[in-house]
Amino acid sequence: MKALKLDQFLHKLAQADALDQIQDLILGLRDSLKVDHIVYHWVSADGEQYGYGTYDKKWVQHYIDQEYLRIDPVVLGCFQRFHPVDWKRLDWSSRAARAFQKDAIASGVGNQGFSIPIRGPNGQFALFTISHTSDDDTWAAFTMSKQRDLILIAHFLNQKALELEKGRAPEPIRALSPRETDALTFLAMGYSRGQVSEMLSISEHTLRAYIESARFKLGALNTTHAVARALSEGLILIGGAARAAPGNWPGRDSRSNAAR
Amino acid sequence: MLRYIYGADLNLYPNLRDTMFRDRAAQFRDRLKWEVTVDTDGFERDEYDAMNPLYVIWELPDGTHGGSMRFLPTSGRTMVQDHFSDLLNGADIRSAQIWECTRFCVAQRAGPRVAGALMLAGGELMRAFHLTRLLGVFDARMVRIYNMIGAAPEVLGAMGEGRDKISVGLWAFRPDDRVKVLRRAGLSSDLSEHWFTRSFGHPISRPVAA
Repeated sequence: MKALKLDQFLHKLAQADALDQIQDLILGLRDSLKVDHIVYHWVSADGEQYGYGTYDKKWVQHYIDQEYLRIDPVVLGCFQRFHPVDWKRLDWSSRAARAFQKDAIASGVGNQGFSIPIRGPNGQFALFTISHTSDDDTWAAFTMSKQRDLILIAHFLNQKALELEKGRAPEPIRALSPRETDALTFLAMGYSRGQVSEMLSISEHTLRAYIESARFKLGALNTTHAVARALSEGLILIGGAARAAPGNWPGRDSRSNAAR
Repeated sequence: MLRYIYGADLNLYPNLRDTMFRDRAAQFRDRLKWEVTVDTDGFERDEYDAMNPLYVIWELPDGTHGGSMRFLPTSGRTMVQDHFSDLLNGADIRSAQIWECTRFCVAQRAGPRVAGALMLAGGELMRAFHLTRLLGVFDARMVRIYNMIGAAPEVLGAMGEGRDKISVGLWAFRPDDRVKVLRRAGLSSDLSEHWFTRSFGHPISRPVAA
């Protein structure tokens, strides 16, 4: 797999339609970030887990066999937080945690780690982790410089996992809200942000929040991608089809008109 | 001083915790007459307090609560969506970079600078964790304070009138606001960064290696 830059990764991720594609994408992202490991780890409320990543298969099996989920300070600590966490900030003080850490490093997990906890819909919990072998200062500088990208990658991966795991509860947040539908529809029709905010009787500032929210739900890196995805999935309609559609047309129905 | 504490760690600060939940009862039930639940201990607590939110708490010199607010990520379940969706005119705001901020409370015995200190802390969280906005529930007094500081939230919807008015709005992070908010709070930038570092174990931002 060739190294994938952030926008390439997110673009390919948005197009992925099977879970097994995620593994390849993660390999490409790892090569691009030049870190030893990347792992996406989903833990359901009942302790069921699955994930994708670059750890040695033997280590993953060993982790499951040893029930390390119950003592892993990364999982336990991140479950209690929702900001990005450097592994050094977690509680490694127990004997079990120190033994686990030794075992992990011997199995090829880096001495450094940085994890992004994700709280999804209906109590879903997931973790996105990068791990590497390096000194503290190099690692701190690296993670600080990449933090924003890593947050976006983590959440986009989770949105995709939710989308592709339809059999599994909970359902992903996909439905666009009426305001987001309105905003993307007008943008798709070629109106500027200024015009759209005027048409919706909201400020551009609020419009930007709606667009950001729509991008998140659609796993889209920018507004153009969000509009393209919404169109291709039939979430918004423009042109003749929309004009012919009764009722469901921004500005035509009472809800949109009642906005201000 | 400002402390950033997750719900799971509140038991490490029992006095701060208890006085916070009592001050919330005083503000939201007694003063604002909101329909909130107060238990037999006199604590105003709801289901979102049970979801391990992140609190920012202003601690008074005697170790009690002077003011606080509560954060949850909008990628998961939020109070705004559950209870205030009527005010949002059909919006359902979700983002990796937007957290909701609820239960903004200032104790009556606390000084006038506390609201500013809490706003400062909101800005520090946004700066540290790359948040673009906070989605908040504000009462009329808070909107007035924010306006006075010159960092007004963008109100998406409101209900009620006068001092009973409740608004839902977005607060964006503008670096220029920080200077105004620091002045209003009567705090130095260094002190705020020190408090953040003490709570999270690392500074808000670090210079990138050359």
